[in-house]
Amino acid sequence: MTDAVPVGERRQLAPPVLETGALGWMRKSLFSSWGNGITTVVLAAAVLWLLSWFLNWAVFTAVWTGESGQACLGHGACWALIHEKYRLIFFGTFPYAQQWRPLFAVITMIAMLILSSDRRMWNSRLILIWGIGSFVTFLLMFGQIHIPLSLMLFVALAAGGLGMILRNAAVAQPVEINGWRALAAIGAAGLALRIAGVLPAWSLAIAPFSYVETGLWGGLPVTLVLATYGLAFAFPYGVLLALGRRSNLPLIKGLCVGFIELIRGVPLISLLIMASVMLPLFLPSGTTIDKFLRAQVAIILFAGAYIAEIIRGGLQSLPKGQFEAADAMGFNYVQKTLFIILPQALRVVIPPLINTFIGFFKGTSLVLIIGIFDFLNTANQALVDPLWAGFPGEVYLFAAFVYFCFCFSMSRYSKYLEVELNKGTRR
Amino acid sequence: MATKAAHDLSNMPSVITLKGVNKWFGQFHVLSDINLDVKEGEKIVVCGPSGSGKSTLIRCINRLEEHQAGDIVVDGVTLSNDVKNIEAIRREVGMVFQSFNLFPHLTILENLILAPIWVKKMPKKDAEEIAMSLLQRVRIPEQALKYPGQLSGGQQQRVAIARALCMRPKIMLFDEPTSALDPEMVKEVLDVMVELAREGMTMICVTHEMGFARAVADRVIFMDRGEIVEQNEPEEFFAHPKNERTKLFLGQILHH
Repeated sequence: MTDAVPVGERRQLAPPVLETGALGWMRKSLFSSWGNGITTVVLAAAVLWLLSWFLNWAVFTAVWTGESGQACLGHGACWALIHEKYRLIFFGTFPYAQQWRPLFAVITMIAMLILSSDRRMWNSRLILIWGIGSFVTFLLMFGQIHIPLSLMLFVALAAGGLGMILRNAAVAQPVEINGWRALAAIGAAGLALRIAGVLPAWSLAIAPFSYVETGLWGGLPVTLVLATYGLAFAFPYGVLLALGRRSNLPLIKGLCVGFIELIRGVPLISLLIMASVMLPLFLPSGTTIDKFLRAQVAIILFAGAYIAEIIRGGLQSLPKGQFEAADAMGFNYVQKTLFIILPQALRVVIPPLINTFIGFFKGTSLVLIIGIFDFLNTANQALVDPLWAGFPGEVYLFAAFVYFCFCFSMSRYSKYLEVELNKGTRR
Repeated sequence: MATKAAHDLSNMPSVITLKGVNKWFGQFHVLSDINLDVKEGEKIVVCGPSGSGKSTLIRCINRLEEHQAGDIVVDGVTLSNDVKNIEAIRREVGMVFQSFNLFPHLTILENLILAPIWVKKMPKKDAEEIAMSLLQRVRIPEQALKYPGQLSGGQQQRVAIARALCMRPKIMLFDEPTSALDPEMVKEVLDVMVELAREGMTMICVTHEMGFARAVADRVIFMDRGEIVEQNEPEEFFAHPKNERTKLFLGQILHH
């Protein structure tokens, strides 16, 4: 057909009709041959059969409310158990009348995570979001927060110092620079006075609710706090470890390699037990560190080592020319790492990184070993009641569903992030 | 292309001086006793067979490679392990690589202004102005907001030249800037380089583009096995090579 048209004057033709559209797709993908067609039909029938069986059990013959497990006998799924126990499953042993607090803490954390997942927020706003979000979360969970003066001064010093480093004369007005300097100076002077004993050991008490110690926390807020803050701290820590492992300085490199290999070489459980049982033995008697905090630190250390190895993979995947170009232009190490190397290395490792995040989100359940009840463990607790004995499937299915919601969101977010960050950069 | 200014450089000050420079990669003696004096505004083309040390030579000038013996003085600063010295030299020396090495996660404009802002502490607005005028000069201002991956090889290399120029360097080093390009894109890059040479930039180019050497070079240097074997004005160099190795090399690259 194209033979009749002289070279150079051919028009673009539409593709054959049967190749496109829903019908074309079905023909091509589902029924392209006899074997393919039979496979399609058999698999579709199997899926339909399973689905109808499941729906029958989980919806049509299910028991939704009831006084005890007796009501469920002879019927389908016993959702009455979840209905009865959902507050125990979600919030554990948190004082019953106060359980609106963990509820709002969970909502705050989810809002914080959703807000910070938006790329437009990846600037100084992120600090604001996490500062306010964390404050609200812990105020709700603890009920009271005491901020010591020395901590406030330290934060002022750190913020002022960071501001001075990150906002150089090229991008900021002199007024702003002086502001950061003043903040750092106030922090430094205050800390010096505090250490010298001139300033008293005063602390700011914010105490709108009754105090609830971490030992009473449980359920979803525990899982969320351990995973969110575990990974939020482990991430920058892992980045530093990865950079340290590639350092030219043998001592730094050796320390980082040693730490990573040591932590990766032991199970998380043993690390948790060490943090819980052995650490107090090394501390001077009288000092105690909160069990929850110890578990949190153990998770941060453990996740940091894994994240470091993933990021090292990303760093190694960069062509040598990127480092050389940055060097040749006169960037110093920090600038080169922040502006050129890390942004590229992190993009490469988004899928394995999120994979690790998902793993650790579920892995927090191991804190049961030192007596902390996260979501899976409070779900387990719901099975203990003799009135409701005999329905573990429903409880685990429910727990699985909640875990799935979080993990699947992360997985989709990973996909979105990959597309978003590689916009325009792909050939 | 025979408008080469036969200007006299002997009165100009030296901007790069190499004295007895030696370097080894393991046991391999990659640079052996290199002496070189580059005058301000001089354009030097370095050629030679692969593995002869020509890339290593220019990479030593901005300390991408470390020399093990001898002295390298760039713009009055002697290269040493002092990071401050190295960074000072790198601010004055621009480099263009064979594989472009643009930063793929930044737009063209961001590629250009990043170093002026952070290394030279230039206000962002000024940096953007300079960047846009340079993109104009390399004839791709319309690509400023695209990413490197969306540009052709020739365009990417022109951006790389503009990026190096954005630092307002005194010296430009070119490491085989056209070797990774498709043949039809070589000219657009060479045109930019010729223009730059005419404006008086001090340049050292490692290249096999002999037409370029004839057009702009004040001196052609032939390297083999880590030594400078022969150096001369381009006309003399191509017409009457003295060393046997030079003759052999020229015979190989000029007669296809």
